[in-house]
Amino acid sequence: MTPELAGVLQLLALVGALALVHRPAGTYMARVYSSTKHLRVERWIHRGIGADPDSGQTWSAYLRGVLAFSAVGVLLLYLLQRLQGVLPGSYGFGPVGPAQAFNTAVSFVTNTNWQSYYGEQTMGHVVQTAGLAVQNFVSAAVGMAVAVALVRGFARSRTGELGNFWCDLVRGTVRILLPAATVAALVLVARGVVQNFSGIHEVGQFTGGARQWTGGAVASQEAIKELGTNGGGYFNANSAHPYENPTPFTNLFEIFLILVIPFSLTRTFGLMVGSVRQGHAVLAAMFTIWLGFVSLMMWTEFAHHGPAPQAAGAALEGKEIRFGIAGSSLFAVSTTLTSTGAVDSAHSSLTGPGGGIAMLGMMLGEIAPGGVGSGLYGMLVMAVVAVFVAGLMVGRTPEYLGKKIGPREMKLAACHLLVTPALVLVLTALSLALPTPPDSTLNPGPHGFSEVLYAFTSAANNNGSAFAGLNADTDWYNTTTALAMLLGRFLPMVFVLALAGSLARRQSVPVTAGTLHTGKPLFSGLLVGAVLILTGLTYFPALALGPLAEGLA
Amino acid sequence: MTTVRTHTSKDSMSTTTPARAPHGGARTGRGPSRRRAATGLFTPRHLAAALPEAFRKLDPRSMARSPVMFVVWAGAVLSTVLTLGDPGDRFGWTISAWLWLTVLFANLAEAVAEGRGKAQADTLRRARTDTVARRLLDDGREEHVPGTGLRLGDLVVCEAGDVVPGDGDVVEGVASVDESAITGESAPVIRESGGDRSAVTGGTRVLTDRIVVRITTKPGETFIDRMIGLVEGADRQKTPNEIALNILLASLTIVFLLACATLPVFADHAGARLDMVVLVALLVCLIPTTIGALLPAIGIAGMDRLVQRNVLAVSGRAVEAAGDVSTLLLDKTGTITLGNRQAAEFVPVPGVTEAELADAAQLSSLADGTPEGRSVVVLAEERYGLRERPGGEPAGAEWVAFTAQTRMSGVDVGGRRIRKGAAGSVVAWVRERGGTVPADADRITEGVSAAGGTPLLVAVEDADGPRVLGVVHLKDVVKDGMPERFAELRRMGIRTVMVTGDNPLTARAIAEEAGVDDVLAEATPEDKLALIKREQAGGRLVAMTGDGTNDAPALAQADVGVAMNTGTSAAKEAGTMVDLDSDPTKLIEIIEIGKQLLITRGALTTFSLANDVAKYFAIIPALFAAVYPGLDKLNIMRLSSPDSAILSAVVFNALVIVALVPLSLKGVTYRPVSADRLLRRNLTVYGLGGLVAPFAGIKIIDLVVSALPGIG
Repeated sequence: MTPELAGVLQLLALVGALALVHRPAGTYMARVYSSTKHLRVERWIHRGIGADPDSGQTWSAYLRGVLAFSAVGVLLLYLLQRLQGVLPGSYGFGPVGPAQAFNTAVSFVTNTNWQSYYGEQTMGHVVQTAGLAVQNFVSAAVGMAVAVALVRGFARSRTGELGNFWCDLVRGTVRILLPAATVAALVLVARGVVQNFSGIHEVGQFTGGARQWTGGAVASQEAIKELGTNGGGYFNANSAHPYENPTPFTNLFEIFLILVIPFSLTRTFGLMVGSVRQGHAVLAAMFTIWLGFVSLMMWTEFAHHGPAPQAAGAALEGKEIRFGIAGSSLFAVSTTLTSTGAVDSAHSSLTGPGGGIAMLGMMLGEIAPGGVGSGLYGMLVMAVVAVFVAGLMVGRTPEYLGKKIGPREMKLAACHLLVTPALVLVLTALSLALPTPPDSTLNPGPHGFSEVLYAFTSAANNNGSAFAGLNADTDWYNTTTALAMLLGRFLPMVFVLALAGSLARRQSVPVTAGTLHTGKPLFSGLLVGAVLILTGLTYFPALALGPLAEGLA
Repeated sequence: MTTVRTHTSKDSMSTTTPARAPHGGARTGRGPSRRRAATGLFTPRHLAAALPEAFRKLDPRSMARSPVMFVVWAGAVLSTVLTLGDPGDRFGWTISAWLWLTVLFANLAEAVAEGRGKAQADTLRRARTDTVARRLLDDGREEHVPGTGLRLGDLVVCEAGDVVPGDGDVVEGVASVDESAITGESAPVIRESGGDRSAVTGGTRVLTDRIVVRITTKPGETFIDRMIGLVEGADRQKTPNEIALNILLASLTIVFLLACATLPVFADHAGARLDMVVLVALLVCLIPTTIGALLPAIGIAGMDRLVQRNVLAVSGRAVEAAGDVSTLLLDKTGTITLGNRQAAEFVPVPGVTEAELADAAQLSSLADGTPEGRSVVVLAEERYGLRERPGGEPAGAEWVAFTAQTRMSGVDVGGRRIRKGAAGSVVAWVRERGGTVPADADRITEGVSAAGGTPLLVAVEDADGPRVLGVVHLKDVVKDGMPERFAELRRMGIRTVMVTGDNPLTARAIAEEAGVDDVLAEATPEDKLALIKREQAGGRLVAMTGDGTNDAPALAQADVGVAMNTGTSAAKEAGTMVDLDSDPTKLIEIIEIGKQLLITRGALTTFSLANDVAKYFAIIPALFAAVYPGLDKLNIMRLSSPDSAILSAVVFNALVIVALVPLSLKGVTYRPVSADRLLRRNLTVYGLGGLVAPFAGIKIIDLVVSALPGIG
């Protein structure tokens, strides 16, 4: 079997599994977020945090919940790291430095999982499991809650209420993420991922000498790392590490975990707005972009020529031989088109165009299919913009899912669109223009430029993957990437929830023959076009000076 | 006292209303209207006239109204100032010149659109001559005061030859009035006290008789004043949709500002130095200048298209709302059917020939001046060759007039007594005289009623004794082309509801014939208002026409309320539009104009955004191929030099504005098809076209530019 054929078969298996699972998963999630009953354990939690899960919240109350919960999360995670020296099970690791601790706290709470540290050399058991792993669950649940609030904004009419944040947060964690992650972790353990609380081992190497390896609760963290599109590895090598991702099967399974919730949420959305077709249209747009990116990535990685690839038989620099080009390409695209950021290969070693594809995937706003929740709401905001232009072309005040898109909706959608380009471009320019930050880059020319651009693209879009080659553990990068992660996560949430509030207040317009039908392939195509053109136009000059200059040389 | 007639039935009123016959065919008025259309579209003469105004708009305060064009303006200023520092820089001067031209072209588009409105306003101003009013004092004497000195509630006298000094209602008398100053229609109209034809407009001229008018509008706020304001666009406000689009354009402008502002740093890292003028050129090419430049012109032209059709909209918002309408309320009479019932058929009872019946019916109707009576005469003539009797009336005829008590009319002539009227009355008349009524008569009468018609029983008493001859079937005649029109509306997603005072049976029959979707029978003004509210509660936008005072609440409630100019001032006050032609079918055209306005905006936005792709392919290789030679592969147009590439993109960007001015004034062609087909068509033309066109355009301009000395 040629590597190309193996790649196609892996792709088919993945698509088949997703097609099979997304229906029941989407339906289940719709039921979770629409149900009026609480589980006993949920009632305990609500009583514990003093929340009334049955009271409806306006968009601003919902937002206050999101922000307060996240702020407390950052604080707790920061304190855990700073106090690591006195915590049990720390392998003797001392407290994490303030800048890095803040960066890491922000990183995990914003579902970014950008890591400027070496996991196995910095974090002990308690920080890993009680801190990082907990945020892996709840930061994903927050994303889903915000997406569900936006969906309710479309579905409801003449009300100010978007549901209850605490209720959505708890349900997302207890009923969706916990059970799914448990099953996934068991599968991973069965296929060889480690799960223990052992300390540091000395392992002899084939080449002689010995290395220290830490064990840990890896499989449980690996499962939620992918499932919640978090991406923060237990080890620095992330999913390239054999303890995290030992076989081609676990590799494919991890890619499946990354994609399953974001793709399934489109069905949840369709069911909740009362039209499965609408969900299909969004799903089709996401899937088209994802498949297009996967094909391009595989093509450019397989087709790469040059002295090194020729000697190795393929462009395998920075890739794990057990995953090969196909498995690495699939992983690279899936991790950058979602807000995951886990890596099973070094993105810095992708071919020029390949690095560009990974970067462009994040620049799209990670909406194909995107992070858990954030992918759906990002794509829906793009749909609002696409509907606005397309709706005009059919001669009506544009409307999406029966909701008219007026000045307020447009203003919020436009602000949402502006956040990440502003963060990425301004911070990249500052890092290059100021005297000290450039010292962090390893390479000159377009590749060095790509490293910086990639870092801020990854941070602002809450991806978390790194291009390597950039020393991000400096005060400048720890602070600016933390800023980018915070603003890149919560500003869009502010606009999304405000948009949801404003949509929920609007009266639904009935569908007629004069209505733009957003549940059809034509609209999916339009949405794909709008996403690609808007992002392409924003980042074309920057991409030209980085990956394009490198790739076309 | 202003007398207001109240109606129990909208329908009974409408039959008397149209003072001027509405357009007969449904399709009339589609093209440019007979008047005012003379302003044409986009000729060199208009350009020349608009040029001074275009320069005046270079004032930054005026430019600031459009964020996109303000950025271009600022860019032009910046590049000019920078080039002043290096006067020998021919490239800098050329770019600066074209940036100024870009701004100027945008201003020109707006000025041309405004210019057409100004011409119309001038015509109106001529009508607003200073008048001397004859104010009626309490004691019955008159005093002469200037028209501007009138107050609300004043009574003024107007006699033949006088110009009405202000808007008001006729409270006494009846007169024919020449309203050509406002409507352009030269045929005089009748204005009389009471009822729905009582409103007179300042500036119109009384041709005959004497009327007393109660002034209802303050001087300076009259209908003509408002019209002038509207067509001039003096108080033009941005509509919600325009605002939303502006927000989108502004945010795109910010994105491109960010992309361009950070580019020098990125370029510096690559070892390339970026010229500021070039950066400005790149920015101007990227921001959506095409739609930004043409947006005001599109809005003004949309209002203007309404004015061309003799419709005045109170605001641009009303025009946009017209595009969103999903329910259309149409009065039956005068809109869907011709004004009056007409004889359609003679149905004799067994033993009587149709010709016999026709002859009797015609004879009895000869003196009947009502439209129904005339239609009986005409039908008998057309179908049975029964010519109107010479001399009009047979000698010795004794006419029996219709009264509310007898409910029949007829004639006694030469020993024959013919009666024609409501079935019950005629049957009673026959029985009274000892005649018998065959069961067939009942059957025929019921049949006609069931078909939505009105049966008129015809009976005669002559040598053969009293007997029933048969039934004249009177029916509403649906205007030509209406069913097609309604089918068209259905394809556009608009539901039509026919409103009538008829009973449900009759109403349904006509509704079926005309092809409307729903019917509101035995409608009172309250029913109509309730229907509108019900539709709106379901999220639908409702449009309707009206003319009576009792229509005013419904007109005000409707999202698009078109008042007939012949209507009362209360109706005109309540509506969002006034149709000077008083043609209720025009509502359909108004909806199309609303849709066309939005489509034009959307199409040009799409075109403008799609254009950017080609501009990147022109400019990015030009900027960076020197440091990264690989990027020259992006120069797929093979433009001759970096300078010519940048200049060509700027020139294309400016020229495309001029090229699209006619389209933005005329509007994108609208066809009443489903939304999906519209979208597919417009996406292909403006999306795909917008993607491809600049590649060709920039290449052609580059061929020209590269031949110029000092650039290529």
